[in-house]
Amino acid sequence: MKIIHETGKYVLLMKRVLVAPDRWRMFFRQFPKELEKLGLNSMPIVIIISVFIGAIMTIQTKLNTENPMLPTYSTGLVTRDTLLLEFSSTILCLILAGKIGSNIASEIGTMRITEQIDALEIMGVNSANYLILPKVVAFVVMMPFLVIFSMAIGLVGGYAVGMFSDIISTADYLLGIQYAFIPYYVFYSLIKSLFFAFIIASVASYYGYYAYGGALDVGKASTNAVVNSSILILFFNILITNIMLN
Amino acid sequence: MITVKNVDKIFGDNHVLKNVSATFEAGRTNMIIGASGSGKTVLMKSIIGLHRIEHGRIEYDGRNLPDMRMSEIRRLRREVGMLFQGSALFDSLSVLENVMYPLEMFAETTKEEMKERAVSCLRRVNLPEHSYKLAPSEISGGMQKRVAIARAIALQPKYLFCDEPNSGLDPKTSLIIDQLINEITREFNMTTIINSHDMNSVMEIGEKIIFINKGEKAWEGTKEEIFHADNEDLNDFVFASELYKKVKKANQ
Ligand SMILES: Nc1ncnc2c1ncn2[C@@H]1O[C@H](COP(=O)(O)OP(=O)(O)OP(=O)(O)O)[C@@H](O)[C@H]1O
Ligand SMILES: [Mg+2]
Repeated sequence: MKIIHETGKYVLLMKRVLVAPDRWRMFFRQFPKELEKLGLNSMPIVIIISVFIGAIMTIQTKLNTENPMLPTYSTGLVTRDTLLLEFSSTILCLILAGKIGSNIASEIGTMRITEQIDALEIMGVNSANYLILPKVVAFVVMMPFLVIFSMAIGLVGGYAVGMFSDIISTADYLLGIQYAFIPYYVFYSLIKSLFFAFIIASVASYYGYYAYGGALDVGKASTNAVVNSSILILFFNILITNIMLN
Repeated sequence: MITVKNVDKIFGDNHVLKNVSATFEAGRTNMIIGASGSGKTVLMKSIIGLHRIEHGRIEYDGRNLPDMRMSEIRRLRREVGMLFQGSALFDSLSVLENVMYPLEMFAETTKEEMKERAVSCLRRVNLPEHSYKLAPSEISGGMQKRVAIARAIALQPKYLFCDEPNSGLDPKTSLIIDQLINEITREFNMTTIINSHDMNSVMEIGEKIIFINKGEKAWEGTKEEIFHADNEDLNDFVFASELYKKVKKANQ
């Protein structure tokens, strides 16, 4: 019952968000700020996580498949496909749900409890549209770049293993990551990530927008935002994978 | 003029407003008084349509708000200014930008004219010039209230709502803010409604007073009448402090 109620409320909110802004000038003033805050500022964490996961995946794959029957390129291939198919979209988005989701929910939640949203409404501004649309659009626009970036950096992480240790040779690794490359996987990952970006930004905005109470409630709103957007990401991951890879 | 007729508001199982009716006239300061939690803020937000009421009429010079569509409500709100309990200035904008915001959103003038208008509003509330560039968090509570007043009057509203304009201010600053609101109300012939639980403000600027007790309108009258009222709840509220008990004795 509660799920139906909340979903309805979310849909109604999105109906107010997804309309043309009253003033495009105000939208384009917010938009670049959000690109920077949600996109560019996420680069460091994307780099750090991707490089380490790329490296560790290479090491693990190699160590766990010590079998002379397997071709030498298999480690690179497995690393690449894992990155392309799941890590750089789904897992990355789960991590960003934590960073971006809590950021958005607490920002909008604070505006709600300090009556800044009421102040916007009183002026006759569509506050949902003014506050949420730039965030959603900016994050959806930035997401493909973050994903591509993560894929590239992840592969570099694997390469570093070859360079700095003798677990795998760089030649084997390079052969592996080029072997039987399927460009569609990248496309599939990018499409998934667009959905995830929308989920993260809109669900977090929803929880922030309907926060009620004090500072503690803003904290709760941001926890709810992270938990529920993560669950939705996992659910949509299965759904989209079924549609796109079957 | 704003007329409220038989308004009810319920949150879940909390019946906050019970059949409230009142008239608020233009060019004077109308006050809603009552204890904390009595429903003053909810009444004010219902009048502006931030809360949807269960039933009743809310007429802005004859225009009934509950009948309006969202787009009509938005248009009406451009005639409304509001001062919130906690100022509600936008943290991400400077003082000047806060006052310019409603102009940028709705005025059809050049950027220069907007700035001029914003500066003249800030001058009107006596805000020192060096603070225009500061963030709201960098100025004192009293100054924040002034900025909020400047922002509320930027679009020359016909209706002004103030939710506890002097909560968190010292008595002297409170008085200055009260008088400022009073002057502006006359100057622009606005219909002003002020929420308060501060008897000093009531005695200073309350021309028409409505007393809300547990969500019901329990009394209405003028500040001259308030000392002679025989409503028990009102007397409890008014004469809670020793000072006003003495005032009452002296009057008798
Ligand atoms: N958005 C809301 N959702 C649910 N209940 C609410 C909401 N806003 C107010 N209430 C409830 O309505 C009642 C009246 O609150 P209100 O804020 O109007 O009091 P008030 O008279 O303004 O008090 P104060 O002087 O402390 O500001 C309270 O019981 C409060 O819990
Ligand atoms: Mg209140």
